[in-house]
Amino acid sequence: MRDDTIQALEVEALSHRFGARTALEGVSFAVPAGRFEVLLGLNGAGKTTLFSLITRLYNSRSGAIRVLGFDMRRQPTQALARIGVVFQQPTLDPDLTVMQNLRYHGGLHGLADAVIGERAREELARIGLTERAGERVRTLSGGQRRRVEIARALLHRPRLLLLDEPTVGLDVDLRRQVLDHVHALCREQGLAVLWATHLLDEARAGDGVVVLHRGRVLADGTVADVCAAAGAATLDEAFARLTGANSTGKGGRA
Amino acid sequence: MNTALYWRCLRSIIVREGLRFVHQRERFFAALVRPLVWLAIFAVGLRAVLGLSIIPPYETYILYEEYVAPGLVAMIQLFNGMQSSLSMVYDREMGSMKTLLVSPLPRWYLLVCKLLAGVLVSIAQAYVFLGIAWFWDVRPPPLGYLAVLPALVLGGLMLGALGLALSSFIRQLENFAGVMNFVIFPMFFASSALYPVWRIREGSPFLAQVAELNPFTHVVELIRFALYLDVDVTAVIIVSGALVLFLGAAILAYDPGRGFWARRGGPAEQT
Repeated sequence: MRDDTIQALEVEALSHRFGARTALEGVSFAVPAGRFEVLLGLNGAGKTTLFSLITRLYNSRSGAIRVLGFDMRRQPTQALARIGVVFQQPTLDPDLTVMQNLRYHGGLHGLADAVIGERAREELARIGLTERAGERVRTLSGGQRRRVEIARALLHRPRLLLLDEPTVGLDVDLRRQVLDHVHALCREQGLAVLWATHLLDEARAGDGVVVLHRGRVLADGTVADVCAAAGAATLDEAFARLTGANSTGKGGRA
Repeated sequence: MNTALYWRCLRSIIVREGLRFVHQRERFFAALVRPLVWLAIFAVGLRAVLGLSIIPPYETYILYEEYVAPGLVAMIQLFNGMQSSLSMVYDREMGSMKTLLVSPLPRWYLLVCKLLAGVLVSIAQAYVFLGIAWFWDVRPPPLGYLAVLPALVLGGLMLGALGLALSSFIRQLENFAGVMNFVIFPMFFASSALYPVWRIREGSPFLAQVAELNPFTHVVELIRFALYLDVDVTAVIIVSGALVLFLGAAILAYDPGRGFWARRGGPAEQT
């Protein structure tokens, strides 16, 4: 059904500015199906702007974004239907139950009630929260809420999962759990994942890495590629060299 | 596209809005107590001061309570429209607005759904208020309760669209106090809600002109006439026109290509 030569996500020569401030400059990279791609950048590197563009909160000034071949500008409906998103800020309604939150999201994607019920049960079972379905989100812990948000993002069966700093506010243990969980999804379901973070240790050996700094892509490849290209032994070192060498560059913001 | 998709989307937005409303009991009481305070206290005080002549749609002398009731119904809708604007700002700051906007359905449709859901909530409140007002001798003809429904829909849509359009200009939650001062109060006081326009004219011809241009005045008159089985055609035209204008502005403001986010950045970038 799906053509494997089509990338799950293609970002091509993407630029965006807010007034005089350049947020992104000529950003290009691709994420194939089944890849866990870490978008690495410091705060202010342009990660959130990039996510806003990929999720069409607003359109880019120039360049293109394609999701499984669907152009975000020309075919937003098809493109958005194939994306699941976990935003940086918590976006569950704390006063509604877990199930009500999932139903709301399913409805926004036009899913039928029966389908939502079935998939919600499936996803909740996967994250071990089946018996909490009827409870208000307010009663869940931070880690549980994150997992519910991931479950929600998967409800309409996207092929591309976007996560913007999803481990913010989680302790080391929970951070690892969420990372493991999403890696498993990637492996088992062939889901393409774009995981934005400023935490270098969230990139694992087999992952792809895109280093974004001041709105530009400085490196793109597997962890090993990026290290080799920078002549560094570890990703930490590679990142320091790449960003250090470019910290005097133009564009972006301080 | 599949119409079932659109229907399911609308339904789930309405259900969510309804659930939120039910869960926020304080909000329900506040929305109800506000007009009742006006009716039970303010109207009694003003009754003695304000003489009313017979003006359409009334055919006899009426008590001040009866005059002010349609204005208070409109006030419910005004507050509701602004409240949904507040919830848009809140949603935007908190990020849950984003969950709405990543829906694959067209954005203008999502905004219209949000608007409709808000209007339904305001209509429910308006009827509860009218029910209680019956005990204050505000007793329009029984059929008036049915006739007022389309007026409530139109008025609610217009005020909701105004709130929606305003929400795109409010950057921060705190600015809602500004909306109260600069939108709600002036619109409410410079209208025919509390006193007929001819009464205002006696005090200030200029203010009377403002009241006549104020779309809120026409929401009030729309409701007043409908409640007494009459139609104020001018009001229908003006309220419809304002609805088109405000809804257009809101859709433009939230448009991914032209909207405010593309120019100024999303909520997270604005720190």
